[in-house]
Amino acid sequence: MAEKVLMKGNEAIAEAAIKAGCRHYFGYPITPQTEIAAYMAKRMPKINGVFLQAESEISAINMVYGVAGTGYRVMTSSSSPGVSLKQEGISYIAGADLPALIVNVQRGGPGLGGIQPSQSDYFQATKGGGHGDYHLIVVAPASVQEMADLTILSFDLAEKYRVPAMLLADGTMGQMMEPVELPEVDYKPTEKDWTVTGTQMKRKHNIVNSLYLSPEELERTNFERFERYKQIEENEVRYESFMMDDAEYCVVAFGIASRVSKNAVIAARNMGIKVGMIRPITLWPFPVKPIAEAADKVKAFLSVELSMGQMIEDVKLASECKKPVYLCNRVGGMIPTPEQVLESIKKMAGGEN
Amino acid sequence: MVVFEKPKSLTDAELHYCPGCTHGIIHRLVAQAIDDLGIEGKTVGVAPVGCAVMAYNYFACDMVEAAHGRAPAVATGLKRAMPENVIFTYQGDGDLASIGMAETVHAATRNENITVIFVNNAIYGMTGGQMAPTSLPGQVTQTSPYGRDVATQGYPVKVSEMLATLDGPEFIARVAVNNVKNVKEAQKAIKKAFENQINNKGFSLIEVVSSCPTNWGMTPVDALKWVEEKMIPYYPLGVYKDRSAKEAE
Amino acid sequence: MTKNILIAGFGGQGVLFAGKFLAYKGMLEGKQISWLPSYGPEMRGGTANCSVIISDEPVGSPIVSKPDILIAMNLPSLDKYEKDVVSGGMIFVDSTLIGRKVERTDVKVFYVPSTKLAQEIGAPKLSNMILMGKVIKEAGAVSYENLEDGLKKVVPAKHADMFDINLKAIETGYNY
Repeated sequence: MAEKVLMKGNEAIAEAAIKAGCRHYFGYPITPQTEIAAYMAKRMPKINGVFLQAESEISAINMVYGVAGTGYRVMTSSSSPGVSLKQEGISYIAGADLPALIVNVQRGGPGLGGIQPSQSDYFQATKGGGHGDYHLIVVAPASVQEMADLTILSFDLAEKYRVPAMLLADGTMGQMMEPVELPEVDYKPTEKDWTVTGTQMKRKHNIVNSLYLSPEELERTNFERFERYKQIEENEVRYESFMMDDAEYCVVAFGIASRVSKNAVIAARNMGIKVGMIRPITLWPFPVKPIAEAADKVKAFLSVELSMGQMIEDVKLASECKKPVYLCNRVGGMIPTPEQVLESIKKMAGGEN
Repeated sequence: MVVFEKPKSLTDAELHYCPGCTHGIIHRLVAQAIDDLGIEGKTVGVAPVGCAVMAYNYFACDMVEAAHGRAPAVATGLKRAMPENVIFTYQGDGDLASIGMAETVHAATRNENITVIFVNNAIYGMTGGQMAPTSLPGQVTQTSPYGRDVATQGYPVKVSEMLATLDGPEFIARVAVNNVKNVKEAQKAIKKAFENQINNKGFSLIEVVSSCPTNWGMTPVDALKWVEEKMIPYYPLGVYKDRSAKEAE
Repeated sequence: MTKNILIAGFGGQGVLFAGKFLAYKGMLEGKQISWLPSYGPEMRGGTANCSVIISDEPVGSPIVSKPDILIAMNLPSLDKYEKDVVSGGMIFVDSTLIGRKVERTDVKVFYVPSTKLAQEIGAPKLSNMILMGKVIKEAGAVSYENLEDGLKKVVPAKHADMFDINLKAIETGYNY
């Protein structure tokens, strides 16, 4: 078993990526994720890897696109405004069916916003972000350990399904330190028949491309991609269920909001309120089934978010609006306290949220 | 007897370019260089957005289609991942000198070991003839219907001259394909740009002054005349930077 | 047992470093811990703070909004956070830099002239570690045993010469 070390979330992402076999990182400085780039700048040259500070977020994601075409594991990271810039490239990567990891350590927005933690890029991450019909696999770590574990998972899933994956964290997750055990990953690159690594004059040329001028053909590629999305939805949903067995009320929260909510759920239990929590670990695919099942049992849901209410829409959809869904939120870099969440739980239980 | 053959590193796909367009010649020159150097099996090309968007169907080597202007960044990724492969981009003036200027300048200043073929025909062809960053002063286009007014629309970008001021790049040259003599010079320059990469010398960019009879509203013959009389005086041909040659002096 | 600790002061006073020391020390003792800094421009001269949680249970929210233990290294920090400390909690005050007394009567207060003590031991920048010594003694969040192990994790190799003086600062605070 590996030794536990104290690491910042951002550093855990970087080291886990290296463990997962990623040897290519392209980035551009932006708070609060710059530690990832700094870590890669130190480590990559020592392991024969590539760290390159690109001239812009746009260039960085397109360098990722280039490497992704070769089949090597590759990543970039940024924070909200920078991730907006990357959307063009992300759409191309999705359209060309390439695996890659994009990390978003979110900060408050819109616009230049602030530098404090936020979850207000939920829509952007889970509903596409760039142009066209596509999804990213989106994972939402709630601890430094998960920053590492979900980085590795993202690489695996991205490669398995040939889709880009996004690790959606926030400034708190990126900056906080917790003990983390970095797992040893037994990654062996697989032979791929779609990479652009040179024909060696042994095969017809491969083309990495997202352009289909024939609408019939473009429709077919979209249908084919959504077949894969269906498999992902069936096989790759991950969530944590906390004190849900006898719960009459259900908190839904991810990332830092779930950490705060956990305190509140425990406090509410101590007051005799039967409340539990469902914590989506994958935001896309969203844990629809557990929430649908909870909707038949609980009296109400409370979506706790660092946004004006984005995930709440998915909670309503998943629960088919069978039960009321309330919102407890702070935005702009503010984080709800456990006391604020507890108040919302009490109101929900009193039926007057 | 002279036998005229299609270079092997071009596919059999029929080119979609307009009659009289010089993209066909330039494709051929690139393919010929790849053939001559025997590198088709390890070459990966990056196609732009613009008229050459479907270059990936024409070159027989592996190909990537990049977003508008991003080819040098995509090529950087490819080259960094596969230093032993040969990576080239094929880009037009809107792609390389307008929306992708940052990618171009930074790949050059990093002396990224790639080969860039830059086709300058002073117009956006694919979208139907709008003003390009290289459109000449006074040039009439869809978006400069009264002629490019430098007071409001600025001056053309002289890419080769500009990039030659950087310490980074290895080789910058401007050629043309409007007559046999110039085509031969272009052939030499393009081959050198690939050789430089094979010899790990770094960033080589060949600017090819080209024509666009369709969007210039001219016959192919008049378009070539316009290249000679208008384009080349504004964009003089020649080698703008050749670090190795200079160091050898 | 869970200790929610908030260390606050000016950027440059070693707020984050002191927090890291506590976090490492806790981790090495087998406790659950989290360390969360404030970040941004305040790192370079404004007010900085750092949440450290040391617990026998898995740590929930890493943000300390109601500290059991507040370490105030300057007046703005005491002004800002005094009201947040839980009833029965502890406040550690650098009484060299903070002229006023704590107004709360439901908390235990420890006044330590840590800046002055740090100067006296020849390490004017180690007011933070003097306060850590006092925190270890009074709050018992982490043990006074094996201080070296915790310190080793936070004093970088290139500053190995600072190791002994850090140790001395902790001892000075502990024995004050």
